[in-house]
Amino acid sequence: MRWGVVTFPGSNDDHDALYAIDHVLGEDAVSLWHKDRDLKGVDCVVLPGGFSYGDYLRCGAMARFSPVMESVITFARAGGLVWGICNGFQVLCEAGLLPGALIRNRGLRFVCTRVHVRVEDTDTPFTCRGTRGEVLTIPVKHGEGCYVADPAVLEELERNRQVVLRYVDASGRATAEANPNGSLNNIAGIVSRERNVFGLMPHPEHVVEKLVGGEDGLKLFQSVAAAYAEHAHGRAASVAPGH
Amino acid sequence: MRARVFITPKKGVLDPQGKAIEHSLHALGFTEAHEVHLGKYVELSLGGVDRGRAQQRVDDMCRKLLANGVIEDYRFDIEE
Repeated sequence: MRWGVVTFPGSNDDHDALYAIDHVLGEDAVSLWHKDRDLKGVDCVVLPGGFSYGDYLRCGAMARFSPVMESVITFARAGGLVWGICNGFQVLCEAGLLPGALIRNRGLRFVCTRVHVRVEDTDTPFTCRGTRGEVLTIPVKHGEGCYVADPAVLEELERNRQVVLRYVDASGRATAEANPNGSLNNIAGIVSRERNVFGLMPHPEHVVEKLVGGEDGLKLFQSVAAAYAEHAHGRAASVAPGH
Repeated sequence: MRARVFITPKKGVLDPQGKAIEHSLHALGFTEAHEVHLGKYVELSLGGVDRGRAQQRVDDMCRKLLANGVIEDYRFDIEE
């Protein structure tokens, strides 16, 4: 499987994502430049964390119109896997690939801490290696991570099981105290209705090795690899000659 | 031609900055202040377009880039 990680001017977690994929997961990862339309034949695009275009105007507002995003939008609409982390999540919302928006944290403070998130659904390529109800510990670091959407959209997200990760306390309860930014319904991560686009505020790429304090993030990367392998296998089987 | 664009949080969308400003105003004795919201102000010049066209172009700019319709409202005026 081939992964691509986009670098926008101001991205700063692109190399963490490349490292997680290349060194830890052991998959092929290439860098994609914001000015290039060529996605280099990748199977999954990662939009990394950072401050693309200085977060000017709104987080992700400028990045959404970069040349590479035109290709990413086409790729996503054709069913390609697209994964936005933190600033990448903001870009996906601005691009309309995910519903809702991310606004200033309710407490007005930049939060930089470890949070617990509960895996709400495993029927996605990004969480298929997890267990429903499982609590992962992953860091967050953002000033604009408060997820909002109008009530109808929110209800639809819940009904379609598009809320994939929710902020919870260590025992798995979604309390107000466990919510670092005031996100509605304690939402930490969502998938698109087609389940091929995923956005989350926490940084799984920062917890892929015990050395740096945890491996919980690796599970999400492994999920994508497993989903892709299964998909590729299914495709191979379907074109194999009958007996 | 010059446009002045005002972008404000949509009604009902959380506005923690507006809330914080309101609290500060109250703390300073401006207790009559309420429904405080913080928005953005953009000004820009337009060349080679008449008023009607400018109106339409600025509206397009707002919808496409300057405002996010999920969380923000906008209004603008145009001066010769």
